Amino acid sequence: MEKRVKLKSREELKNLRDSIIKNRDESIPCITVCLGTGCRAKGAEDVLNEFTRQIKNVDKAKITYRQTGCHGFCEKGPLVVIHPQKIFYQQVKTTDVEEIISETIINSKIVDRLLYIDPKTNEKILQENEIPFYKKQKRVVFANNGLIDPENINDYIALGGYSALSKVLFELKPDEIIDIIEESGLRGRGGGGFWAGSKWKYAKNAKGDRKYIIANGDEGDPGAFMDRSLMEGNPHSVLEGMIIAAYSISNAGEIPVEGYIYVRNEYPLAVKHLFLAIERAREYGLLGEDILGYKFNFDIRINRGGGAFVCGESSALFASIEGRAGEPRAKYVHATDRGLYDKPTNLNNVETYANVPIIINNGVDWYRSIGTENSKGTKIFSLVGKINNTGLVEVPMGITLREMIFGIGGGIQNNKRFKGVQTGGPSGGVIPESSLDLPVDFDELTKVGSMMGSGGMIVMDEDNCMVDIARYFLKFLEDESCGKCVPCREGIKRMKEILDDIVEGNAKMEELDLLENLASVVQDASLCQLGATAPNPVLSTIRYFKDEYITHIKDKKCPAGVCKALITYFITDNKCTGCGACVKVCPSGAILGEKKKPHKIDIDKCIKCGMCFDVCKFDAVIKE
Amino acid sequence: MEINIDGKECSTKIGETILQVAERNYIDIPTLCHNDSIKPYGVCRLCVVELEERGRTRIVTSCNYEILKDNLIVRADTERIINIRKMIIELLLARCPEVESLKRLAEEYGIEKITFKPENDDCILCGLCVRACSEVVGRSALGFSYRGTTREVGTPFFEQSSSCIGCGTCVQICPTHCITMEDKDGKRILKKWNTELELVKCKICGNYFVPDVQLNYITEITGIEKEKLNLCLDCRR
Repeated sequence: MEKRVKLKSREELKNLRDSIIKNRDESIPCITVCLGTGCRAKGAEDVLNEFTRQIKNVDKAKITYRQTGCHGFCEKGPLVVIHPQKIFYQQVKTTDVEEIISETIINSKIVDRLLYIDPKTNEKILQENEIPFYKKQKRVVFANNGLIDPENINDYIALGGYSALSKVLFELKPDEIIDIIEESGLRGRGGGGFWAGSKWKYAKNAKGDRKYIIANGDEGDPGAFMDRSLMEGNPHSVLEGMIIAAYSISNAGEIPVEGYIYVRNEYPLAVKHLFLAIERAREYGLLGEDILGYKFNFDIRINRGGGAFVCGESSALFASIEGRAGEPRAKYVHATDRGLYDKPTNLNNVETYANVPIIINNGVDWYRSIGTENSKGTKIFSLVGKINNTGLVEVPMGITLREMIFGIGGGIQNNKRFKGVQTGGPSGGVIPESSLDLPVDFDELTKVGSMMGSGGMIVMDEDNCMVDIARYFLKFLEDESCGKCVPCREGIKRMKEILDDIVEGNAKMEELDLLENLASVVQDASLCQLGATAPNPVLSTIRYFKDEYITHIKDKKCPAGVCKALITYFITDNKCTGCGACVKVCPSGAILGEKKKPHKIDIDKCIKCGMCFDVCKFDAVIKE
Repeated sequence: MEINIDGKECSTKIGETILQVAERNYIDIPTLCHNDSIKPYGVCRLCVVELEERGRTRIVTSCNYEILKDNLIVRADTERIINIRKMIIELLLARCPEVESLKRLAEEYGIEKITFKPENDDCILCGLCVRACSEVVGRSALGFSYRGTTREVGTPFFEQSSSCIGCGTCVQICPTHCITMEDKDGKRILKKWNTELELVKCKICGNYFVPDVQLNYITEITGIEKEKLNLCLDCRR
């Protein structure tokens, strides 16, 4: 059992770190099993339990194991990495455990079939950093996700955790720290992209008898799970950033300061790991009174969300913490002046806070060497959709969309054609092929009608309908609107009605003009950014895929074959063998025919589910 | 301090809202969810104006934008603003096609027909009833339930609220006149709130005149004994 001790000075922290490192033998094999939510969903817990069970039969001095946070390559989970050789095993099953132990751990041999195969070269790759998915990444915030057990604070400390806090408390003054953050060029990672240093400065200079530091972990964009993996996999990095912010903004504790992490309740593992991390940090004297023996008090509480996307908006988030309905208010007065309980509040995304210790430890010059002119550092993206390598990627800003999708993402699945990439969640837009060489950063994507947002990147191919995508996001926002202001509540609903007409083949061309005018009013007049950015998916798809809209309206056809009302399934006589496979799966009894004779689909009964299309082995079912 | 609204230089004090200054200077900015007796809410968005600051224009609601800097430039009459107002009216009219105050606004802005599929509501969710009951009367008998397109005004659980004193403030302040109050057979009925309150008879003329709970509340906040209160307004004279 490793030491757990209340640290009362920076020397004690350093001594603890040194003793942890000394007592760990990095040369003995260590089995790390990714227990991020993605791998858990694929059975990683069972794999870890199997390892735990079987390791009992092996000499303890020869082997250790550790559960870790998300490694990012979710497509290939469950992931197991064997240290110190850094052998990367993917898609590991419980039945593979025995072989891994006997071959790799005991006999130092590789289990070939568990290695990643590069689809381009058919080469088997041994180590994580050689895999194309990882090669183009720059894992800085996620660097330690695969190395630490999120429930063990000692792992974090051993890798240098809390050394930035130590430096800040004992070597730097609050203004100096804020200068460092400003000079680094750190911008908010939650979507807003506001200069973090400036925000901290406003909060520090604001008048109040109490101040608040809040971390936004409400991550609500569909398809985004960056913050989830960060909170699950490295919760201490967020805490450390928050404590540094609290120290700076309270002017070294001159003004009492309190912290909150607002985390969505739909992330139970993140809630659990954050809670544990806070408990440990308190135990170690890194939170609470007299942090590290310095006369500075700060503690953090967790506030779980109630399931509303709008509560990721700052003023709605504050209302939620205060126990009021999660509805935004006018933002003419900034949160840094009057935020939570009308006190000066600094709200940053969890990823933003996680960048802070990294900047303090590595320095401004190093941080500024990564990224573009106005977007410094790395950004974590959830790369999902119709690509081969789905997962979480961390890249230096400035990498192009093409490199992300075709380099790291491994290109489009099943050799289909790329159609567009949706970035920035419901607030963003779709970017077409012609813009694939755009660098990804805060400003470039906004210029083409989208935004980088919090990092969601949904890749789409020729089988996706852009009108359907626009409708999907409008439906999401209609459901999530708080309903307070007219443009959002009524406007989004009416925009969606027009989209419904279009996908059902009931629209007229004039409705496109109405849609665009309505969109501009919703953008201009909404009370908060949920409403103001709601038209982005619609406007960007009209901008780049107008022909598709026109085909839906004028020809009443869906080129991608998605919009149910506009597609027809029918069976071609000369290919149908009358095997009856489709009849068996048809849920509405719409297919008729004699055995071994060509069958026919009754259009009136067909509900367009596509089961016959999927099941036919003779390609006799056509979708038009 | 000075602020320029539609080309007119207006004097202003720090912390005043753009709407307050505009009204004082006879510059007409339409509103639906605003009332001088209660705190601004900024949800109908009809009062939006263009605000120019350091070369950049943004759209703000004049009812709750507090003027904290000198020499701001405001435009309440641009094409962009008129277009927004028209759309807001159209959206509300589609929701509540029979409301007189909306029909009048539509006429004023040259809107001839409803562009969207009309519904059959009579409440525009301005929140004036909720806010007046809370801020003016001090009873908070009304609130918002649900959210988004299903958002609704009413008493808790849409049942008779023990806080309602039948004062009729909500009836008076509602811009669509969808709240009714009727005295009948010794009871005051507020149909929209599923509320029926027992009325008290005037001790001189014997007519029913006020809900019993209202007298209780007045006693509570003024300290005046109930016996001194059950005189109707006519007999009091």
